[in-house]
Amino acid sequence: MNTRALPLYVTVGIFLLAYAVFWLQFPNILSTRVVGNLLTDNAYLGIVAVGMTLVILSGGIDLSVGSVIAFSGVFIAVMLRDTGLHPLAVFALLLALTTAFGAGMGFLIDRLAMPAFIVTLAGMFLARGAAYILSIDSVPIQHPFYGALQGAYWLMPGKGRLTLIGVVMVLTFALGMIVAHKTRFGASVYALGGGEAAARLMGVRQGRTTVLVYAFSGAMAGLAGIVFSIYTGSGYSLATVGTELTAIAAVVIGGTLLTGGAGYMVGTLVGVLTMGLIQTYIVFDGSLSSWWTKIVIGVLLLAFILLQKGLLKLSQMRLAQNASEGAP
Amino acid sequence: MLLSIRSLTKTFPGTRALDAVDFDLRAGEVHALLGENGAGKSTLIKCLTGAYRRDGGTVTLDGAPIDPQSTVEAQDLGIGTVYQEVNLLPNLTVAQNLMFGREPRRWGLVRTRAMRAQARAMLAEYGLNIDVDRDLGTYSVAIQQIIAIARAVALSGKVLILDEPTASLDAAEVRMVFDVVRGLRERGLGIVFVSHFLDQVFDLTDRVTVLRNGRKIVTEDTANLDRVRLIEHMLGRELEDATSHQAMARGPRPPMLEFRGLGRRGTIEPFDLAVGQGEVVGLAGLLGSGRTESAELLFGLRNAHSGEARDQGGPLDLRSPRAAIAAGFGFVPEERKTDGIVADLSVRENIILGLQARRGWARPIPREEQNRLADDYIKRLDIRTAGREKRIGELSGGNQQKVVLARWLAMNPRFLILDEPTRGIDVGAHAEIVRLIHELVEGGMSLLVVSSEIDELIAVSDRVIVLRDRRHVAELTGEDIAPNRIMQAIAAPDSQREKAA
Repeated sequence: MNTRALPLYVTVGIFLLAYAVFWLQFPNILSTRVVGNLLTDNAYLGIVAVGMTLVILSGGIDLSVGSVIAFSGVFIAVMLRDTGLHPLAVFALLLALTTAFGAGMGFLIDRLAMPAFIVTLAGMFLARGAAYILSIDSVPIQHPFYGALQGAYWLMPGKGRLTLIGVVMVLTFALGMIVAHKTRFGASVYALGGGEAAARLMGVRQGRTTVLVYAFSGAMAGLAGIVFSIYTGSGYSLATVGTELTAIAAVVIGGTLLTGGAGYMVGTLVGVLTMGLIQTYIVFDGSLSSWWTKIVIGVLLLAFILLQKGLLKLSQMRLAQNASEGAP
Repeated sequence: MLLSIRSLTKTFPGTRALDAVDFDLRAGEVHALLGENGAGKSTLIKCLTGAYRRDGGTVTLDGAPIDPQSTVEAQDLGIGTVYQEVNLLPNLTVAQNLMFGREPRRWGLVRTRAMRAQARAMLAEYGLNIDVDRDLGTYSVAIQQIIAIARAVALSGKVLILDEPTASLDAAEVRMVFDVVRGLRERGLGIVFVSHFLDQVFDLTDRVTVLRNGRKIVTEDTANLDRVRLIEHMLGRELEDATSHQAMARGPRPPMLEFRGLGRRGTIEPFDLAVGQGEVVGLAGLLGSGRTESAELLFGLRNAHSGEARDQGGPLDLRSPRAAIAAGFGFVPEERKTDGIVADLSVRENIILGLQARRGWARPIPREEQNRLADDYIKRLDIRTAGREKRIGELSGGNQQKVVLARWLAMNPRFLILDEPTRGIDVGAHAEIVRLIHELVEGGMSLLVVSSEIDELIAVSDRVIVLRDRRHVAELTGEDIAPNRIMQAIAAPDSQREKAA
């Protein structure tokens, strides 16, 4: 068996186990309503986690995404309030902006050989600051087109609502899987995360790949911002503080190695849903404080980091054993 | 001639790494490139693979002059390289590694199945039938090297440079890789083979070129070459002018330390070593023979997998340098700049560093005491510095080395390990360090000296231990400590390995 896929199996196992335990207590949790809400409520987080997965696979980190989501919401709300542009035009403008923002960060990370942590931390403050400049208050969005977007859903059997933004998240994950697993660019991302020196020897264009990775993450953050603005119907510069960390948690719980080079896009989806499931359980229970979500996520994160360390040790030991036996 | 290099020159600030080197590679031959540290092997290879730009000379491949600017360009021209490590990506599958950058695609998407089939076909040429969907890192180093060779050949296809590809392989794995290399020779590739293992050189190669100090010394057919002559070429001295062995008359020393069965898998075979009080033990051998590794094992820098150490009082704990220091050991490392000095600290701070570390930071050494110690050692060791507060990075190599020595002397060890104590030091300072070694021994300190300079070992050692292929193979004392005896011990064919083969 490939040890690389093991964290993914563990992630899926934990998700199914959690679902089963909750189902014993609350049989309703299996209804399509819960499933629909799970997708809708976590749509923006899932989308931003797709970008984060690619960044982490490349061996980097992107701390700016939470602020970029907030900026996106405010940007959309202010543009719709102050200009006559159609929301779709505003979306296109916004996506171009956040993609360029991500590409710029990627460029600096590569050219200045700076840690991604510092560059994207600067990006985090910049984006948050730009959101404040646009508006300090929460700006409601009242455009008929937005009403249509918010009302768009498909009624699943069992009266669950598969909303537009839920579908967008699922499609984003599909896109992410194709990019990560089926393109040369994706292979280059894994290569960079596996080792920069070897990647360069194998002909990876490091600069181009780094810029594209952060541009992709910026685009995903912009898309998540659009989805979040549809979800909340407003733009607020204080929104989604700390979302970048939640996204990183989802990626790691999804089985991706935080140091890069190993992981699966679909794992992140399961990671996001696991976190959403815990939240849902706490809502169902009613008596638990919502802070329990954080505690459970913390425990899960720790467990996964330990699991990955353990796996690494195990595979090294097995390799050493093979070598000493002289077996290939 | 497949590849032809004429008067290749490469200069770095302060050194001429390559001085008008000629080198020829025929199609269908394996050509060994040999030399000790600083001979210019890696510079030559880097000039070929485009990692360095040459300063002068010509390189022609298939009759056409070439000047690659990058490894990728060298690859496209037909020159592929496999290094000792860091060739491929352990976190990608075998198929991905083999086909990286050339994946079959449809509408921009990688066709995984076709990629798998092509990778399998590539490996089949080398008689390798493995699961190409597994991560590369799950395979043994030998298989990884063969995969790296397969990729390099597929990408370049004319010249293959193997830079110590067998450094971390065992005997069976070496045979596996050599079979692959022989197959490629038959297919008409020109192969450059760099290795420290002479047995492998004689086993595999058709011709040998020896470099020393950036110059080409000789190119000869391997079959006509005798081991001792080869080692003379590499180490650069004639056997006739024997150096006098001064330490002979001192007789046996009272025993002090004893190491039994100390070894580490894949690094150094278990060895026994006894060190007497006031004795100097020399370690001789070619680069990569396990000299430095032995020293590191003794000082706890690497942990031994087997064996024990004891002195007259009982067993010693050598699990870390800290434990070794507590046992009265000292270690002057080979890489002075990175492992020896702290370049930004002053001479005084460098000298008191070890002493202070042993006392613990809670008990700082009073400043007057520091000054006294520093001035004392600057005088005793004749360290040429403008003052004790000068930054050590600004001193010459020889004086830096004396400061490192002073640091250990201040701690008064009973057993001091010197790894290449005169590397990169000018002649005058060289003589002083040798004189210093004699003085230390007079004072009752025991020394282990690792050196690639046979003259130096002869001048200082009571006993010389010879290493070859990561094993202690001979021990010479008294009259036997002479250049020809040492060279013969280094050169002796490895009977045990031949038996195994």
